[in-house]
Amino acid sequence: MLVVSDVFAQALNGLAYGVLLFLLSVGLTLIFGMLDIVNLAHGSYYMLGAYAGVTVLMMTDSFWLALVVAPVAVGLVGAVVERLCLRPLYRRGPLDQVLLTFGLIYLFEDLVKWIWGGRVRSIPAPALLTTSVNVLGATVPSYRVFVIVFGLAVAVALWLLVEKTRLGAVIRAAVFDSEMAAGMGIPIDRVFTGVFAFGAGLAGLSGVIAGPIQSAAPSIGATILIPALIVVVVGGLGSLKGSLVGSLIIGQAETFGKAWLPGASMLMIYAVMALVLTLRPQGLFGRPLK
Amino acid sequence: MRARSIGLGLVVAAVVAFPLVAGPYPVKLLQEILIWGIFAMSLDLLMGYAGMVSFGHSAFFGIGAYTAALLLSKWPGLLAALGAPALAAAVGALVIGFLSIRVGGVYFIMLTLAFSQMFFALTFQNAFLGAEDGITSVPRPHVFGLRIAALGAFHVYLLAIVGAAALFLHSIVRAPFGHVLRGIHDNEERMQAVGYPVARYKLLAFVIAGTVAGVAGSLYTQFVGSISPDAFLWTTSGEALLMVIIGGTGTLNGAWLGAAAFILLQSLVSSYTERWMLILGLTFVLFVLFAPGGIVGALRGRVGVRS
Repeated sequence: MLVVSDVFAQALNGLAYGVLLFLLSVGLTLIFGMLDIVNLAHGSYYMLGAYAGVTVLMMTDSFWLALVVAPVAVGLVGAVVERLCLRPLYRRGPLDQVLLTFGLIYLFEDLVKWIWGGRVRSIPAPALLTTSVNVLGATVPSYRVFVIVFGLAVAVALWLLVEKTRLGAVIRAAVFDSEMAAGMGIPIDRVFTGVFAFGAGLAGLSGVIAGPIQSAAPSIGATILIPALIVVVVGGLGSLKGSLVGSLIIGQAETFGKAWLPGASMLMIYAVMALVLTLRPQGLFGRPLK
Repeated sequence: MRARSIGLGLVVAAVVAFPLVAGPYPVKLLQEILIWGIFAMSLDLLMGYAGMVSFGHSAFFGIGAYTAALLLSKWPGLLAALGAPALAAAVGALVIGFLSIRVGGVYFIMLTLAFSQMFFALTFQNAFLGAEDGITSVPRPHVFGLRIAALGAFHVYLLAIVGAAALFLHSIVRAPFGHVLRGIHDNEERMQAVGYPVARYKLLAFVIAGTVAGVAGSLYTQFVGSISPDAFLWTTSGEALLMVIIGGTGTLNGAWLGAAAFILLQSLVSSYTERWMLILGLTFVLFVLFAPGGIVGALRGRVGVRS
């Protein structure tokens, strides 16, 4: 029984990580689908979220307030970036966008070092969630259970928003074919800004809730981008469902890799990606390639 | 045209004679520029001519660097410093290229990026390759019985290899092969319809670029005397990409300017302030927004060389 509960505990850890990746990759995949750009700076919003969370927590001593305020602040930063920097580039090639978003990584990383210092910071879990709970024989920190429940709730809310509301229909139209959507009278400019800010805010949110699990350093903006990109590739560009399924797969692959193949754990997620792309080059839920 | 060749000759002469007039620090900066310049130039062959935006060029830089680091400690000759790294990078490029060129656009960017990160993961956790510390105290090779450890001797050696590689890339671009690559860049379907085996051309371009990148990586190991997994990191590819774009894509020689701008800016700014990343990042952002043609584009006096 020990082994089964062990595996189960690992699976829950993987689920918590997968949920974090999902919040991070939603914005990435929507921005890909809609704007056709590789937003290399997306990981920076995750990092900004973590640091904004640190500040709110220091000022108010409330984790829950940090959970609300930090993503909104990061979303605003995202909106400004979209308006000032990305808007002039939509008609240019992907190279300019790559260069610009790469520059933004440097900019944000150094800005954070300047404001918060270069040392590693972490967000303590709220007092309510510092204990452990027993789930089917496995001992799991209650904060991880919270992350899983919270993340899945966000996923459901997102699904309802995108699939069941008028706003969601507008977003789907813009992702599917932005020119056609513009032709139908949808204010595509505002949708672009809104979705970009929303995606950045979700990345910021994942940065805050990752705080008590993984500590924050200025360089995580560049490192967290890679698993998020892999999730998007595995799930299929522009697909929300793909981003959810991809996150859960990559979350498990990473966690079980660490537990069972400590010498090659970092290779696991690449192996998964290579496997998926060999069988389905467009990703699990992506539109077929031309 | 004549004024241009005279100017070029003067620049080459200045680069060759630089150690005679400058101190060790500027010479090292110049050598770093030469190594990154040839690395970026090999990427420009892919980006600017074949239209393949690779975000995993660090894979071949790293393969060359690690091959040289492993072999030079035991056999400090030209084979370990040049032949084996080039061959290893070529084989790596053949495999990664074969798997990646099937897809285009964003997928190609992501696939190449993922492959290079895979090498990062592999070296980072491999004890035989020194794990996260990498391989240190790599000796410089003996060439024709001469040890090229000293700064001046290394300068000549470096210039010979970098110069040969640059001439090689230039001749490829001028050859019919280069024209076919540009044709593929402009309109892949048309080239396919006309009867060119497009995939084979793209793969060959990928292997050539990878091989030159491997040579650059090997030179980098010899220049620094050590190598760590960071060589494979996606930011290494990103920096080379920046150099190409800053210099101007599809110009080859722009890569030198891009590398010089990047490295000089970095060393200049970092000697005045700790905030060099901020200034570098801001420069890129402003560069994209206001000087889209790169340095070469700006020198030519027209904005938007490529759209």
